[in-house]
Amino acid sequence: MSGSKTTGSSGGPPEGSGVDYSGLALNLCGLVAGIAIWWVLTAGGAVGLPPPPQVASRFADLIANGQLATDIMSSLARVLTGFLLGVILAIPVGFVMGWYKVARSLIEPYLQFFRMIPPLAIIPLAIVTMGIDETPKIFVIFLASFLASVVATYQGVISVDKTMINAARVLGAGDLTIFLRVIIPASTPFILVGVRIGLGSAWATLVAAELIAAQTGLGFRMQQAQLYYDLPTIFVSLITIGILGLAMDRILLVIERRLTVWQERV
Amino acid sequence: MPPKIVPKIVFDNVTRRFDLKDNAFIALDRLSLDIADGEFVTVVGPSGCGKSTALNIAAGLLKPSEGTVLVDGKAVEGPGPERGMIFQQYALFPWLTVRQNVEFGLRIKGEGAARRRQIAERFIDLVGLGDFADALPKTLSGGMKQRCAIARAYAVDPSILLMDEPFGALDALTRVQLQDQLLDTWSRERRTVMFITHDVDEAVYLANRVIVMAARPGRLKEIIEVGLPYPRTEEIRLSAAFMSIRNRVWQAVYHQ
Repeated sequence: MSGSKTTGSSGGPPEGSGVDYSGLALNLCGLVAGIAIWWVLTAGGAVGLPPPPQVASRFADLIANGQLATDIMSSLARVLTGFLLGVILAIPVGFVMGWYKVARSLIEPYLQFFRMIPPLAIIPLAIVTMGIDETPKIFVIFLASFLASVVATYQGVISVDKTMINAARVLGAGDLTIFLRVIIPASTPFILVGVRIGLGSAWATLVAAELIAAQTGLGFRMQQAQLYYDLPTIFVSLITIGILGLAMDRILLVIERRLTVWQERV
Repeated sequence: MPPKIVPKIVFDNVTRRFDLKDNAFIALDRLSLDIADGEFVTVVGPSGCGKSTALNIAAGLLKPSEGTVLVDGKAVEGPGPERGMIFQQYALFPWLTVRQNVEFGLRIKGEGAARRRQIAERFIDLVGLGDFADALPKTLSGGMKQRCAIARAYAVDPSILLMDEPFGALDALTRVQLQDQLLDTWSRERRTVMFITHDVDEAVYLANRVIVMAARPGRLKEIIEVGLPYPRTEEIRLSAAFMSIRNRVWQAVYHQ
């Protein structure tokens, strides 16, 4: 009773929030080493790929003439629109499926079926039925992130500890209170994992969708560059896609940690 | 001996069957039992004797197949705040602090913030968690979690406490401490307690009466009056009188 005082309520930061400097230093070393290897391999022109300075100067050009910013903005607009729509729909659908057995049985076959179809395979259909403007791209991204998040949400709801629900019930909680005050917070960690997976698949789908039909965007730029054998621009696009994806994932990770500080972590 | 006017809880011929795929089995067979107001009753028996089933029926979490449970003369239809329950796995809400956990039921009752805080404070202090009111459950030890759960149950002011092997997951030392603390709390805030355990010592130490049950089918076997005075102390725990009652309960539980 008395000895355990150090473990709690001292207001200290939760685990994982302390900065690990030696780890960061190693990350940095790996990064530098990777670029060095890339440089060495491409210096003699043996591999046929552009060396880092060439890519860097193309980066500078594309930033200077505003093209990179335009591409980033249009790609981000697509991905965020599709992703947000997907998640906003996935969470209530996931809750309904988790809460009502009937809804689960009705919806689940469709969900499992569409999950087996890669969202990219929908692109031809989407273009034929929705034209070649923004709608089909956003739709495909929406579908990808919806399918990823909905499963996680309903798994979260059905795995809420029954004893916890009973505890709320004996304290006088009705169904609505249990839903709002027990089911939602208890399934939040699952939902956030689903949202992150959803963002990953949204991002993956975006680039492919742009490769097929677009007038702007990072994927479109790569496809243009491919026509002119413009390898530096392809590299710039690839690196930008990677960095943006990583940044968004990190942001979600921080939000996830914030919302689930109460979770016991191993 | 508690006065027997109108019993607080009445199990009247309560039977509960579970239908599994291949066979239906009887978890609880025609249990009849009266528990007096303010009495501390422990229920002990082997696995499958229906003790948890009986408790869950009294809590209103499970419906009896036959018979009824009456609380204050009224049939139990479902869970209610006059019957608090404490679970072996604590069942705290991990995203809420100790204080917020204790206030959970008060919020449902619609108590105002100031009153909630006041009541929560009182019961948090009563179980000795004053220094941990703003801690999250993950930072608490098992014993502290269970004390928080006890405070949470008390806060909504139930007249009955239903406890389902509450100390079963704790180590032996903590368990003895919590037994003393529970009796202390109970002596100051008297409630009717129905306490499930499979620890014979615990059953005798806490109770006015020990209900011994038998398995397959789950049924009442014997009711043993403890008759030792409260407050129960270490002296009583080590006394010859305690030992002889303990032995009687042991015989009843293990030689069925």
